[in-house]
Amino acid sequence: MDFTAKDLQALLDELARVMAAERDTLCALDGEIGDADHGIAMEQGMAAAASAARDLAADLEDCSLQDLFNAAAKGFLNAVGASSGPLYATAFMRAGKQVGPATSIAADDLRFVIVAMADGITHRGKAETGQKTMIDAWRPAADIAAAGGTSADVLAAAEAGAASTRDMVATLGRAARLGDRSLGHPDPGAVSATLIVKAICMRF
Amino acid sequence: MDQTQKLINAGEDAVDEMLSGIMAAHGSHLWRPENAPRAVIARDGPRKGKVGLIIGGGSGHEPTFLGFVGKGLADAAAIGNVFASPPPQPVVDAAMAVDGGEGVLFMYGNYAGDVMNFDMAAEMLELEDIEARTVLTTDDIASAPREARATRRGVAGNVFIFKAAGAAADKGLSLDEVERVARHANDRTYTMGVALSACSLPHTRRPNFQLAAGEMEIGMGIHGEPGVRRGPLQSADAVADEIMDAILAEMAAGAGDEVAVLVNSLGSTPLMELYILYARVAERLGEAGLNIHTSLVGPYCTSMEMAGASITVMHLDSELKQMLDHPCDCAMFQVR
Repeated sequence: MDFTAKDLQALLDELARVMAAERDTLCALDGEIGDADHGIAMEQGMAAAASAARDLAADLEDCSLQDLFNAAAKGFLNAVGASSGPLYATAFMRAGKQVGPATSIAADDLRFVIVAMADGITHRGKAETGQKTMIDAWRPAADIAAAGGTSADVLAAAEAGAASTRDMVATLGRAARLGDRSLGHPDPGAVSATLIVKAICMRF
Repeated sequence: MDQTQKLINAGEDAVDEMLSGIMAAHGSHLWRPENAPRAVIARDGPRKGKVGLIIGGGSGHEPTFLGFVGKGLADAAAIGNVFASPPPQPVVDAAMAVDGGEGVLFMYGNYAGDVMNFDMAAEMLELEDIEARTVLTTDDIASAPREARATRRGVAGNVFIFKAAGAAADKGLSLDEVERVARHANDRTYTMGVALSACSLPHTRRPNFQLAAGEMEIGMGIHGEPGVRRGPLQSADAVADEIMDAILAEMAAGAGDEVAVLVNSLGSTPLMELYILYARVAERLGEAGLNIHTSLVGPYCTSMEMAGASITVMHLDSELKQMLDHPCDCAMFQVR
């Protein structure tokens, strides 16, 4: 099965819908250990990513996946700034580089999109696992994806990673200033990361 | 839970509509380049041969940041969404608008998102042959221990720190010198705050944290980030004492030294309460043998409608004193 430009547009549209639906939940999680705006950033960012991709080409037939990913990156970045802007813009650009100028890829190659996105986020944010950030969901998912795991295993790894942030003390990002008080709350960035991984995993 | 009451139209339009109002009110001081609505530029100030000072960050802290754009202070501000760093583009737009050929200095509070976006902007400006350097403000002494000063947040002390750097740039100092003055100003500025009630984002209109009746939180950040200690609400004198104890211990000033003081409202705390705090702050500084050279009392760095206040003390020397006394003319702040 192939993953086409049309499928990528559908994926971005779905991510915009999912983030809108989960906005208040993500904001509430962020309110526990941060400044309660993560849901807003993700909603605005994914909406802008989806619409920037749509504006790129009315006719998706001739559109390369890389161009769409790059448009999504720019749209996300300019709409939100914040922390998630540079992180997901870099993730989308790396995803674009991974798929290259092709108009479609084999659906199973989406596993390498997950790996590329995780690498982009690591490059921009300099986070390592265990610091209570989105990378605690992205890294284990990417590791399983790279090792050839099924999409169900990849998603399970992301979900387990996000759940594990509940027992972590934040050492990077705004929550790091809380010290032990960040314990007992999952990281909202890891929770939203899982939603993204899930949407991708449903497609391979 | 009930939504908070705000005089807005739609939450997602709040920042842009505020900017429209600011431009309508302060068009004699500020302008925006076409196609760069989130870059606010000083009409007077930026000029050839002068280092450009660009400040910025999330909205919701007004008059920080854009209120401090004007001759003698910042040349431009890049405006983000509420409590969110601006993306790189408005920072680049601002830098292109104010560049006088001597490079630009970015100054903003130390937050992970701001650092990533401003760093991306600096990378983009490299391609335009504009040198951009960065000085992060880290004045919030409650946000990390003294030995980890570089990891602290930047809060209300920004006013004094930006002022010093803006004066240095306006005097025509080189980028090296403006950067040095900015770092020096940051090193000698100490802030700590107390929150009495939450604020709410225009999008959600829900309190961004819960504080029970009769409670206060010492050291809370200007985005509602939890602070160092939560406890029963205390008197103004007791709060001022706790904050001044922390500031004075860290500042280690000698008798006869001079300071600048800011007693800042986080939003809804009125001047009456700020002046009650100020009275005790002045008493404590007097007891320590310190002389107050500059006093600011009012909303300078807010957190929308949060109730609470912060106290900032800048430990002056002859250079910083000169920089604070240098005239500036901004939309929301003047020194004559």
